[in-house]
Amino acid sequence: MTTWPILSVTTFLPAVGAILIYVMARGSDEAASRTARWIALWTTIVTFAVSLLLVTRFDPTNTGFQFVEQATWLATGIRYHMGVDGISLPFVILTTALMPLCIVASWKSIARRVPAYMMAFLILETLMIGTFSALDLLLFYVFFEGGLIPMFLIIGIWGGPRRVYATFKFFLYTLLGSVLMLLAIMALYWNAGTTDIPTLMQTSVPYNLQKWAWLAFFASFAVKMPMWPVHTWLPDAHVEAPTAGSVILAAILLKMGGYGFLRFSLPMFPLASHDFAPLVFAMSAIAIVYTSLVALMQEDMKKLIAYSSVAHMGFVTMGIFAGTMQGVHGGVFQMVSHGIVSGALFLCVGVVYDRMHTREIAAYGGLVNRMPLYALVFLIFTMANVGLPGTSGFVGEFLALIGTFKVSIPTAVAATLGVILSAAYALWLYRKIVFGALVKPSLATIKDLTFREGLTLAPLVVLTILFGVYPKPVLDFSAASVQNLVNNYASATAAIKAAALP
Amino acid sequence: MMFEAAGYQLLPVLPEVALAVGAMVLLLIGAWCGQRAAGLVTGLAICVLIGTGVIVYLLPGGKLITFGGSFIVDDFARFLKILALLGSAATLVLSREFLQDQSRRMFEFAILVMLSTVGMMVLISAADLIMLYLGLELMSLALYVVAASNRDNVKSTEAGLKYFVLGALASGMLLYGASLLYGFTGTVSFAGIAAAAKSGSIGVVFGIVFLLAGLCFKVSVVPFHMWTPDVYEGAPTPVTAFFASAPKIAAMAVFTRVVLTAFSGVVAEWQQIVVFVAIASMALGSFGAIGQRNIKRLMAYSSIGHMGFALVGLAAGTVEGAQGVVLYLVIYTVMTFGAFTVILAMNRNGQPLEQISDFAGLSRTNPLLAFCFAMLLFSLAGIPPLAGFFAKFYVFSAAIKAGLFALSVIGVITSVVGAFYYLNVIKVMYFDERAEATDAVHLELRSIVAATALFNMLFFAYPGPLVSAATAAAKSLF
Repeated sequence: MTTWPILSVTTFLPAVGAILIYVMARGSDEAASRTARWIALWTTIVTFAVSLLLVTRFDPTNTGFQFVEQATWLATGIRYHMGVDGISLPFVILTTALMPLCIVASWKSIARRVPAYMMAFLILETLMIGTFSALDLLLFYVFFEGGLIPMFLIIGIWGGPRRVYATFKFFLYTLLGSVLMLLAIMALYWNAGTTDIPTLMQTSVPYNLQKWAWLAFFASFAVKMPMWPVHTWLPDAHVEAPTAGSVILAAILLKMGGYGFLRFSLPMFPLASHDFAPLVFAMSAIAIVYTSLVALMQEDMKKLIAYSSVAHMGFVTMGIFAGTMQGVHGGVFQMVSHGIVSGALFLCVGVVYDRMHTREIAAYGGLVNRMPLYALVFLIFTMANVGLPGTSGFVGEFLALIGTFKVSIPTAVAATLGVILSAAYALWLYRKIVFGALVKPSLATIKDLTFREGLTLAPLVVLTILFGVYPKPVLDFSAASVQNLVNNYASATAAIKAAALP
Repeated sequence: MMFEAAGYQLLPVLPEVALAVGAMVLLLIGAWCGQRAAGLVTGLAICVLIGTGVIVYLLPGGKLITFGGSFIVDDFARFLKILALLGSAATLVLSREFLQDQSRRMFEFAILVMLSTVGMMVLISAADLIMLYLGLELMSLALYVVAASNRDNVKSTEAGLKYFVLGALASGMLLYGASLLYGFTGTVSFAGIAAAAKSGSIGVVFGIVFLLAGLCFKVSVVPFHMWTPDVYEGAPTPVTAFFASAPKIAAMAVFTRVVLTAFSGVVAEWQQIVVFVAIASMALGSFGAIGQRNIKRLMAYSSIGHMGFALVGLAAGTVEGAQGVVLYLVIYTVMTFGAFTVILAMNRNGQPLEQISDFAGLSRTNPLLAFCFAMLLFSLAGIPPLAGFFAKFYVFSAAIKAGLFALSVIGVITSVVGAFYYLNVIKVMYFDERAEATDAVHLELRSIVAATALFNMLFFAYPGPLVSAATAAAKSLF
């Protein structure tokens, strides 16, 4: 046992870093920018180091919450309650691990208002870690929604030409979904007298309330995920956001939706989840096929990857609501893997964008001639995005597919079709950008990866391949918690299944 | 006992007496020294207001009743009186700088604010219809004059006149409702009305409708909101800040007290009125603000919307609801005060800036002011972890507990619409190209802005004391 609140320290350390930047990096001159960059980098690195302590002290056989901290907050039933289990810890680590890379990726490409940018990112990190480790519904909501403020500013201030439209759409879409969830949280509070998540998981919720609360939570998480047909904010936000903003958006913020389904929808409203599963399957299948087709038509690199994210999240929702061990486990793994791969893909786009200041696919071609290293790295992530065996993308998709196959064959068939389509658009993108003759004069002097860019991409390459051939660490980590979740879900739905049989 | 006159205890009204006497003395000082004393009178007025707050705080605990049961001091009254006094004091701090200007120098402003505050305190403590009317008129008469205090400005005069005419109409309706209630229940005291009106006879319903119409005017909710945008725009900015805070607190307090204590037996009759008014105000406040170019008009619509949100808590008609209303008032007052201070601080070459487009690029020219304003606006929009979110949380959670689901869903959806126009101001400050620099901001204004923004940002970290005080205040009504 630890004597210091290790989880709270991880959560609030970045916020401390933000305050430090505010105090030390005054003004807008070059010195202030440099100070802000270094403080941000060191804060994120130290946060990552502290979060690794969580990994070493985590007991993967324990199905309950660990590193639990409690303190009084708003009322007796609404407390400051933090803790992680095998489902949330991977996301905490994913967040802390990606943040230093984001800071490094923004090192040169962000030149205006650097201290404010770094502060926004650090505050965002605090809110993201808090979201994954909150064990009180209201606390979760505060972290979950609070993330909108820094992200709104990041897209709006440092984004591309249509940034205002994109950031408003992002903010209002997400807010609309979330306020409905807030009402459901209140209803749950009055039902159980507390918003404590472990307690709520044990409390039985009347079926009628389950139904409405499930829909309200779904409204929020489906937008965040995002699921078809409420995904339209994502391509806009991705295209306009600065590179690091896109990385965070794709790698972490989208995972909050899936995490929400795992943490709330399935354990708290099992009956409603069971009843609404066909709806989710249908939406997932449409998302996988439809957005893959849409991705085939894109002319903007970021937009293509954004649509592919929607498709990949379709696998996650499908796996989660299959409710089987393989499905849920695959969903978790797919989220972690997609966090690494899509984040890396956005970094790859950022690399060429920083050189050419365009994201149009047509503006590139034949990069392999001048950027061999880049071509290799981009290839690995493209293959991971396709789900090629040997990369991390394969493991999650495969598990989610077999998990779903046991429950709904049509969904699994449609999703498998999506895998083929994903190969089509990802390989098309790769061919257009990297292969062919380098004929465009603007590309004649383009330079290969710099040391700094290599440094950000190298860990992701290693992880993509490592988790592809040896996924055991991640799977073992979450196995006990996922098993526990699936067992509870199965026992809750067993009763109605038995009743449905003649 | 020392504090006694004609057989009535005077201890409960000691704060009101102290404030009224203070106002008289300052009036004499002002009359003696002329306009030179404006600064001195304003400074002393702030001290008197704060001193009165201390007296309110030091009054013995429990329920104090005097004047034959028509004046009551309970936790609810104590809490909101202190809040109203702080609001008035903060107004005077704000206006000190504004009144320094030769053309605007007038000591009467501080005295009118004090007299109006006496009215508010009477209003908050009113336990019968007569006392309610007395307090309301004392508050309003001073406000009419204050609204027109910028005598040479046509807009200000128009604002004052409009406010007066419509206010008089509202008072008339309120009196008519009061007389109906007296006629049908045979008493003016809230407790007596509650005892007599167990079932909603047609006369009582009419009485409630007219009484609430008068009160709705004072809290400026739909359909009695028409005066708000014009008066907010026309009145000098410190006056607008005052209108948006202390009088709203007092009016909302008496609204809450009347429906919860006098009409506790006929909940169904007033609940539908409050639900309608809340929905209409939230919707109009959100949609009406979208097209506004003038920041003060925008804040007027915002205040209509926010009063609608506060009424959501009242519609629940429960302890939680009353607690929600009280907390909403506290947080709203702080937020709106901060916002108006920012507006007051926005000057270019000595000219006040009131168009939203004037805020362009403020994040570059005055980063701290822009940041504080952005936090206040996010808070007004109800985004966590800022204080405005918790205000909304308490009122909506009371409504959910009371089973008012439709009201809650409509409410949160209008709050998303409302978020749009707050975001728009932030967009202008942060995303648009910078305009010319604004004038330097005075220390007083800067500290109020910083204090309100800090309150908003840090409320979540330590909400305990305020929440428990609000709970105690709400419980004392039941």
